[in-house]
Amino acid sequence: MNKVMSNKAVIALYVLPAFILIVALIYGPILITGYYGLMDWNGIGAMTFVGLENYTQLIKDAQFWQSAYHSFLLAFFSTLSLVPYLAISLILAGKIKGSDLLRKIYLIPMLLSSVAIAQLWVKIYDPNNGMLNSFLTMVGVENPPAWLADTNLVLYAIFVAILWQYAGFYIIIYYAALKGIPESLVEAAKIDGANPVQIAYKIKVPLISGVIKVTVVLAIVGSLKYFDLIYVMTGGGPNGASEVIASYMYKKAFDTFDFGYGSAIAFFLLLITLVVTWITRKLTASEDEIQY
Amino acid sequence: MSVLYIFLIIVAVFQIYPLVWLFQFSLKSNAEVFGLSPFALPQDPRWENYVRVWTDGNINLYFFNSVWITVTSVLLTILLASFVTFAITRMRWKLNKLVLGLFMVGLMVPIHSAIIPLFAFFLDLNLIDNPLSIILSYTAFNLPLTIMILLGFYYTLPREIEEAAVVDGCSIHRIFFQITLPMTTPVLATTAIINMIYNWNEFIFVNTFISSDKFKTLTVGIQNFIGQYLTDWGAIGATLMISIIPILIAFLILSNRIVEGIAAGSVKG
Repeated sequence: MNKVMSNKAVIALYVLPAFILIVALIYGPILITGYYGLMDWNGIGAMTFVGLENYTQLIKDAQFWQSAYHSFLLAFFSTLSLVPYLAISLILAGKIKGSDLLRKIYLIPMLLSSVAIAQLWVKIYDPNNGMLNSFLTMVGVENPPAWLADTNLVLYAIFVAILWQYAGFYIIIYYAALKGIPESLVEAAKIDGANPVQIAYKIKVPLISGVIKVTVVLAIVGSLKYFDLIYVMTGGGPNGASEVIASYMYKKAFDTFDFGYGSAIAFFLLLITLVVTWITRKLTASEDEIQY
Repeated sequence: MSVLYIFLIIVAVFQIYPLVWLFQFSLKSNAEVFGLSPFALPQDPRWENYVRVWTDGNINLYFFNSVWITVTSVLLTILLASFVTFAITRMRWKLNKLVLGLFMVGLMVPIHSAIIPLFAFFLDLNLIDNPLSIILSYTAFNLPLTIMILLGFYYTLPREIEEAAVVDGCSIHRIFFQITLPMTTPVLATTAIINMIYNWNEFIFVNTFISSDKFKTLTVGIQNFIGQYLTDWGAIGATLMISIIPILIAFLILSNRIVEGIAAGSVKG
């Protein structure tokens, strides 16, 4: 038994192909990103070592900080949006008829490509023939805004599309966690005279606090990495009003061929993602996990 | 109670109505789109919008590229992930926990932080504008999540069958392919669907690594295609519908598995 199951050659044969793949395509590139950040390079020609020049330029780059601010704003809103998602899941998990169907309907946008979602929402926000402004005109709003062309509104308009895309995802996660709570605990609280709101707030939510922490990390980190939807909807415009870290990095590297500077931004994105993950986990870590 | 229901239904309408609206304008002519209320039903459904975009541009080509690239990547990912999970959970060696940890760290890495060196790497290998670059990237970046989902299932499998097979003198490869792998079919289906949705919708790799039309997939293809049809809403609607219909059909048939896979894949992340 042991002889067959601890055959080193077979283990290597089974593990190495996948291992080589992730080292070559994930870990290697991640490390190299930081190194490229030290170079002046257009992606094709020769690389010139410039030390920390890209990184010092980054610190002084107002456009970069604006993008970072937008990314953090999205992260903040995404985290806030977890509250209504949790509320919806609490209602759905309360033995409601049709909750199965409703959950599936909520989930559908999450399955679609960001490109299709982006194009659809561009049409919804179309100032002349879009769904939103036609509706607003119908109910009597004169001169509704041109959502995606308005520097003050564009980020919020995009955030609504993000809400639409991810609602089902978080609702499914919360629902699965809530369904894992033993019925006996809820029954006991009922006998003690707790009303549904108290049960939700004092029993169910604390019991799934572990999952809530995970979703907070997912929401924040996911927002920092946001790219596809914004790139297709607005390309970061108008005038940088919807630029985020990832779209700014992509533009610098693949549109203006400044690979060194793009890599510096990418490295910053990696660091900030890791740091934020670490901080959120620390901040949301409770003294003792609830056991049941 | 009814207030809660109304709230849930409003949310459901918010989630689904944009797609209904998309379907409506995919069947309209420009005169209808620009002349009538956007909420009006198409007067005389123009299914020819679909025929036109399918045959006119490269949509059919993009579609088939999406299909074969998705399928190849999914099969490769599942095979490699099953090998790794089998070796980690069923075989006996000292470094298995460490190797598992290395795979799991991949869950946290943002694709965007790897894309520039990855581009340079594929450029060196002469794999830019070659579907192999996307297939390998999809496989690598989906391996951590796939292994994570498989892991939970492998831990629940009884060891007795494998032990009996060893006693009977069965080779390790036969144990893997003929005993263990078939036993994991239910979870393989879940991971296949999660992988399929991810690959079908992927944008940044294709947009970066592929430049010629003959290798583009649907997500990137429609992006360029829509540029040409700037004001033809019927054509744009039909194109978008074509890109999302396969996913919607898969969802109608397999929704329970998809829901299960998303829950399994995210909670532990």
